Amino acid sequence: MDYFIELFFSGLTRGSIYALIALGYTMVYGIIGLINFAHGEIYMIGAFTAFIVATVLSIYGFPLFSIVIIAGLAAVVWSSSYGYTIEKIAYKPLRHAPRLSPLISAIGMSIFLQNYVLLAQTSDFLPFPTLIPDWEFMEPIAHIVGTTDLAILVTTVMVMVLLTVVIKFTKIGKAMRATAQDRMMATLVGINVNNVISATFIVGSALAAIGGLLIASHIGQINFYIGFIAGIKAFTAAVLGGIGSIPGAVLGSFVLGLTESFATGYVSSDYEDVFAFSLLVLILIFKPSGLLGKATNQKV
Amino acid sequence: MKYNLSGKLLSTAACVLLALSAPALGVAGDTIKFGVAGPHSGDLASYGLPSVNAAKLVIDKVNANGGINGKMVEMLVEDDVCKPEISTNTATKLVSDGVEVVLGHICSGATIAAMPIYKESGILVMSPSATSDELTLSGDYPNFFRTIAPNAAQSPAMIDFAINKLGLSKIAIIHDKGDYGKPLAEGAKKHVEQTGKGEVVLFEGITPGAMDYSAIVQKIKQSGAEVVVFGGYHPEASKIVTIMKKKRLKTKFVSDDGVKDDTFIKVAGDAAEGVYAAGPQDNSSNPMAAEAKAAHKAAFGSDPGAFFEGAYAATVAMLNAIEKADSTKLEDLKKVLQTEKVATPVGDINFDKNGDAIGVGFSMYVVENGSYIVVK
Repeated sequence: MDYFIELFFSGLTRGSIYALIALGYTMVYGIIGLINFAHGEIYMIGAFTAFIVATVLSIYGFPLFSIVIIAGLAAVVWSSSYGYTIEKIAYKPLRHAPRLSPLISAIGMSIFLQNYVLLAQTSDFLPFPTLIPDWEFMEPIAHIVGTTDLAILVTTVMVMVLLTVVIKFTKIGKAMRATAQDRMMATLVGINVNNVISATFIVGSALAAIGGLLIASHIGQINFYIGFIAGIKAFTAAVLGGIGSIPGAVLGSFVLGLTESFATGYVSSDYEDVFAFSLLVLILIFKPSGLLGKATNQKV
Repeated sequence: MKYNLSGKLLSTAACVLLALSAPALGVAGDTIKFGVAGPHSGDLASYGLPSVNAAKLVIDKVNANGGINGKMVEMLVEDDVCKPEISTNTATKLVSDGVEVVLGHICSGATIAAMPIYKESGILVMSPSATSDELTLSGDYPNFFRTIAPNAAQSPAMIDFAINKLGLSKIAIIHDKGDYGKPLAEGAKKHVEQTGKGEVVLFEGITPGAMDYSAIVQKIKQSGAEVVVFGGYHPEASKIVTIMKKKRLKTKFVSDDGVKDDTFIKVAGDAAEGVYAAGPQDNSSNPMAAEAKAAHKAAFGSDPGAFFEGAYAATVAMLNAIEKADSTKLEDLKKVLQTEKVATPVGDINFDKNGDAIGVGFSMYVVENGSYIVVK
């Protein structure tokens, strides 16, 4: 039974990170119908920003708690500004172009950002500082669920709740939902669609940055390439849950994380990805719009 | 028009230069041409440059003592940047320059690409660092020798260490599904089965670059393994040991020379303490190694880099063979290399019929206080 619980938590940890990234994919898709392939790089940039800020602050001897807060904020702000800028540079000029053009632009942006970080920083793996210390009271169950696992889970849940509140009850959230439903109509009723799209990119990037910070302090290392695989997996999760749907992205992420974890635990880690993607294929066969996706007509 | 004129001028000048240099080339006929190939620029230069230094030290010493059988040794250095597509050009250049033996190449991939060119011309090649099994064990390259043990020797080294030295018998073998890690892990599994002393309780591949290895670490715990033998590189190894420490596993971790890298210790930090890794054999007690190191320090003002001892040994062995055989023909050199022992910084070595040095193996290292030290 212990083994099951251990695998369960390991799956939840993965799922949480996937969810934080997948939300960015799904929100952007929901609003402008674009798969933002550069989103994984935003996550990577978030982790790098947190790394740089945390390293500098720890040299000056700041207390750990303030390092976490400042590094987290810096990562969120920096990644968001990247997300905002990417949208303005790479996607906005192509908003009325055929659907394939912004997609290619996104892939280009992803390659550019990876190589930019490679050149500006390093190709080496860097040791990420331990931002989440092991709490004393966690020690008896540390072998099942560690402090970082718990911190990741709690943070993710908090962020999800906050996001739900923003989407459901604030003005910008309402504007986002309206734009997602019908961009033309939203413009007609006086919503500044450009601002809404920018806001979506900012929120999505902020979530990815938090994910980057959390996973980096969990596994203790980063390099310029981490965004690629994380991005692919999160994208899979978003499609699994129904791309465009926010609860769907979260559900899809946890399903994917748990599948991978149990596949490793009970079958073989050789087939971890095989199980993950077989699940995707199966779900798309029986429910082509994903777990919670609505079957909509082709967006215009 | 002006440009054209200067272009002509330039080519004329080049012709004159060429004509002038031709006699010089003719005179060089009675030297022994010793090629050195490897990455001397680019991001892997640190693997190749120590070999150039090693060859230079040995050759300067030989020439100062009157050369080999009355002939001076001339060094020809060519860069291959560790790239297979470039190393063929490097090899062609060396062959057309008339080299008689080659020290190199450094990377396995680049060496495999270059070997057919040397083989065609019957040139002896000896590498201080290319560990691919294919180079010697396939029998495709009869002119290839090396002063480092092949990958295939590493798996038994890791397993024997875990079983005999650490006294552990329940073994979990994990690999990264790659060209380097997977054969190592398979070799390790086979070796456990052959010796019959231990038991493989888990044999699995992991996905390199995956976000989190918690699940596989839990599985290792569940399997009851006393030791993890890992075939792969340091990024995955450091993630696994970090998670193992987080999950409070006391299981020992034994790995390969892909993990015996200071980056591993830097990234894994505290979790790296007590990790064992195989690495090129430790020669610190060999007087010739100490002498070579001191000579390097005197000549270049720094400690020698990677594969220096192997390159030094290879240079000594090849020049010794040329001297004893009084020839640079491949067959004559091979006979000397395979039958006569020669004293080198990696020990008194000769070579087996495949071209692997006899008596060169792996040592096991352990991380203590943030650096690798030899396990005695």
